[in-house]
Amino acid sequence: MKKIKRIIASMLAFTLLFVVVACNGTKDPDTTTTKLPDTSNETPKESGGQEPVAGQGKVLNIWGWNDEFQGLFENYFGGVPDDVEVKFTLVPSDDNAYQNALDEALLSQENAPDDEKIDLFLVEADYALKYVNSPYTLDIINDVGLTQEDIAGQYTYTQEIVTDSDGAIKGTSWQATPGLFAYRRSIAKDVLGTDDPDEVQLALSTWDKFYEVAEKAHAKGYKMLSGYDDSYRTFSNNVSSPWVDDKLNIVIDDNVYAWIDQTKDFTDKGYNNGSSLWDDQWAADQGPDGKVFGFFYSTWGINFTLLGNALDTPLPDGVSATGDPDAFKEATEGNGIFGDYGVIEGPQNYYWGGSWLCAATGSDNLDLVKDIMIKMTCDADTLIKITQDTQDFTNNVEAMETLAADDDFASAFLGGQNHIALFAESAKGIDMSNISAYDQGLNEGIQTAFRDYFNDNVDFETALDNFYVNAIEKYPELKRPE
Amino acid sequence: MRIEQEIRIRKFNKALIYLVLILLTLICLFPFYLLIVNATRAHSEIQKGFSATFGSFFWTNLKNVLDNKQLPVLRGIVNSFLIAASSALLATYFSALTAFSIHVYDLKLKQFIFSVILLIMMIPNQVYALGFVRWMGTLGLMDSHIPLILPAVSSPVVFYFMLSYMQSNLPLAMIEAARMDGASEFRIFNQMVLPIMKPAIAVQAIFTFVGSWNNYFIPSLIIRTADKKTLPILIAQLRSADYLKFDMGQVYMLIFLAIIPILIIYIFLSKYIVRGVAVGAVKE
Amino acid sequence: MKKLCRQSRKSISYAKWGYIFLLPFFVVFIIFTLIPLASTIYYSFFENYMSGLTQIGPKFIGLDNYRKILLESDLPKYAWNTFLIWTLGFIPQILISLVLALWFSSKRLDLKFTRFYKTVIYMPNLIMAAAFSMLFFALFSDVGPVNNILIALGHQPFSFLQSVSGNRGLIALMNFLLWFGNTTILIMAAVMGIDDSIIEAAQIDGAGPWKTFIHVTLPSIRPILVYVIITSMIGGIQMFDVPQILTNGRGGPNRSSMTLIMYLNNHLYSKNYGLAGALSVILLIATSLLSLIVYRNLTEKE
Repeated sequence: MKKIKRIIASMLAFTLLFVVVACNGTKDPDTTTTKLPDTSNETPKESGGQEPVAGQGKVLNIWGWNDEFQGLFENYFGGVPDDVEVKFTLVPSDDNAYQNALDEALLSQENAPDDEKIDLFLVEADYALKYVNSPYTLDIINDVGLTQEDIAGQYTYTQEIVTDSDGAIKGTSWQATPGLFAYRRSIAKDVLGTDDPDEVQLALSTWDKFYEVAEKAHAKGYKMLSGYDDSYRTFSNNVSSPWVDDKLNIVIDDNVYAWIDQTKDFTDKGYNNGSSLWDDQWAADQGPDGKVFGFFYSTWGINFTLLGNALDTPLPDGVSATGDPDAFKEATEGNGIFGDYGVIEGPQNYYWGGSWLCAATGSDNLDLVKDIMIKMTCDADTLIKITQDTQDFTNNVEAMETLAADDDFASAFLGGQNHIALFAESAKGIDMSNISAYDQGLNEGIQTAFRDYFNDNVDFETALDNFYVNAIEKYPELKRPE
Repeated sequence: MRIEQEIRIRKFNKALIYLVLILLTLICLFPFYLLIVNATRAHSEIQKGFSATFGSFFWTNLKNVLDNKQLPVLRGIVNSFLIAASSALLATYFSALTAFSIHVYDLKLKQFIFSVILLIMMIPNQVYALGFVRWMGTLGLMDSHIPLILPAVSSPVVFYFMLSYMQSNLPLAMIEAARMDGASEFRIFNQMVLPIMKPAIAVQAIFTFVGSWNNYFIPSLIIRTADKKTLPILIAQLRSADYLKFDMGQVYMLIFLAIIPILIIYIFLSKYIVRGVAVGAVKE
Repeated sequence: MKKLCRQSRKSISYAKWGYIFLLPFFVVFIIFTLIPLASTIYYSFFENYMSGLTQIGPKFIGLDNYRKILLESDLPKYAWNTFLIWTLGFIPQILISLVLALWFSSKRLDLKFTRFYKTVIYMPNLIMAAAFSMLFFALFSDVGPVNNILIALGHQPFSFLQSVSGNRGLIALMNFLLWFGNTTILIMAAVMGIDDSIIEAAQIDGAGPWKTFIHVTLPSIRPILVYVIITSMIGGIQMFDVPQILTNGRGGPNRSSMTLIMYLNNHLYSKNYGLAGALSVILLIATSLLSLIVYRNLTEKE
């Protein structure tokens, strides 16, 4: 009897507890609102959702997923007032981790102390839409204070992609990102007999020709590509419809299937090393001991990744081509395969990624944010310098065309090539109309899922299944097509 | 003749046993050997391949890791240390206190309370992680170290160990005598009982410290800002951030920092630690 | 009469202290364990997740989350993964631990340097599982030291991380290394606690070493064995750090190393609190049942 009494007593206590929790559980502590304000009828000026607090805060909080912008900021901005501390918060973007952390912070921005409010954050093309269409980013013209004149020099596609449904521009970028194919000059000489960019381009100008060269390279003991994901973007950025349709169905475009077929084919024939983007093998393949013909890349990758992987001894901190030309020359000459890469457009025109700066709603540092945006994304002088140092393709039409026409502009890393000339025209034609807010998770997901298929671990259907499972895990609202 | 044979067989068996033991030792130690070797080499050297000899980049790698802006390692070590030490303190003190109350006092619900505590031991903490995280959010304790330290006050495993130890080492007569002398219960516990519990406290403090130092799942759900991160979170960040792997020397150095200090402490305290595990076993 | 009264008054007033001393433990327990537990169960009945920056729910949907997890998801697959990897690590672990414990505690063998061996095999238990896993990730990668050695010895390089068996094997190996020292010490202590007279009696009866082991030693250390099996099982269900870091949360090739807690963690990260809640409750029930079954089974035959 005593035992039963005790059991009943504990169950009662538990139920009581349950009720207590239930009463508190209906409020969601993390969000400031459970439904977002309906901004469809508001004028652009009010799209911020609340009055932006102008003026000077003491801490400038910049969020990103890697240190690319941090490097640029520290080397080229220089306009931070003495009493302001700049804090970078970097969260790696794998598995939506960066987006999740950013979302949490943005959602509690209102209640956060001023010093912790996010002021500026970076977004990639893969998920830019999500933030652009939310009230968490500020209109750069009406809220932050840039003028049409300021941004006039930019490539229009970089503005179109971050324009929301009311026509407000919600972000700005320092780069345009035409896609390219970086090839090893020494290997090209061996396989094609030439390393001249124009002739290499002729040899690789269509996918059929690309296949032929892959065969030739294989015969000579080289691999055409490093891994499975290298050519992904070339296909995925030329799709004819976005990843998700307006009924929230996941749509796999024919071009993505084309990538799967090509990669499986290449893998079976031994034309690649089976690596994954960013892994050890991939990095090693870009280095002095690598035997890979080339890498699909965009201009941001040349300095950010390719250079580091190509060297034997790392560059000393702070040494740049324009800053310390002599020190730079000394540190790079004969160092690894510096100078052995060249770039061409490749078999298909495409773009790859790109980073945008967004001003966060609720920022307490708008003056400084405005200065940063103007200097880093609109000022032609700064942008030219960035290109000269990092070979990045910066977001200023005039600057790029000047450099393109400049006979003296040559990249030592690229064996003396003026690669800006190559892209100045094609950058104007980049078309980003098929992006969606789900791109990051789905791009990552399909590459991961099909890796098993390329490895012969699973068959095609299973890989497809795994992709859908993972996609819906990440985005519970999406649906698998019937 | 037979005895000689037996001795030979025995010697042979013994040699085999030693062989197996040495093999196991090698398997245990080999990963750490590789770790130390690679932590002393530069990225390009590591990319070139395996080497059994040490390199000369130890201090460079260390400096790079400590200077790395994305990985606040020093901060991480300090955080991990503070959280682990506080947890060890709280867990041992309050488990001893709780064990004391069960051991000494004739409480009406003693059996029931004891069973409840045993039941708690069975619940894996990941099962209520969801509620834990949301509740900490409501309480405003997200991104703080408090939810990583305070729960140590209620540690069923440490409690159980303390209770067992008390049952063999703390006669009730001692408590009675102290009471006759006019000491308050609190004083009895703090000044008489705790010193007797020292060996148990020492052992459990070490285990709790190590457990907290290595803890990954819950902290990863609670901590957000970089300078509050603990070492395991930094390791996970390293794993997922491709751009951080551009320098493998730093990668190995970070793993080195996460693992080796504990190992060094262990080597000095190994006698007590191993004994502590054994004592716990006999009490079961 | 008076004396009795005084005595009972004394014991009651001391008992008060007992309850006071219990308070911290239980208050903290209620705040940090009980409320979260109740709250988790509560969440499991609601549809509650984030779509981008918008919150969907919370909307009461009863047992729908449970249905989704139990019937529509790959839960059986992850349960199988967890079980398989656990078994792969645990079987060698318990066998080798038993053998080692016997060797170390055997007076007949009189092994030297046992303290050294014990120190070495226990060492991995203190290692941060996350760091250990990161180390193995670096060592066994396609261009890592282990493959370098294989190539130097003339073999083909093997992709441990990309093959299902390699991946699972690595996790099992790590689990084994991390725990076999601990298990050995525990069993050894238990073995040393066996009364010598029982062993001698068995030997006088003519039992050989093997029979002595099965019929005398094993039953005598049953409590420890039960303890080891239950704690290892609960640890197995909680398997997270090692596979998470090794496969970067993806669950390895074909999600073959995705464990139950990794699956839970995915939902927690997608902020899908409804599904995460249901999964947590299912795991809680499963763990409790398992512990009960094993406990009953092993302590029944007295």
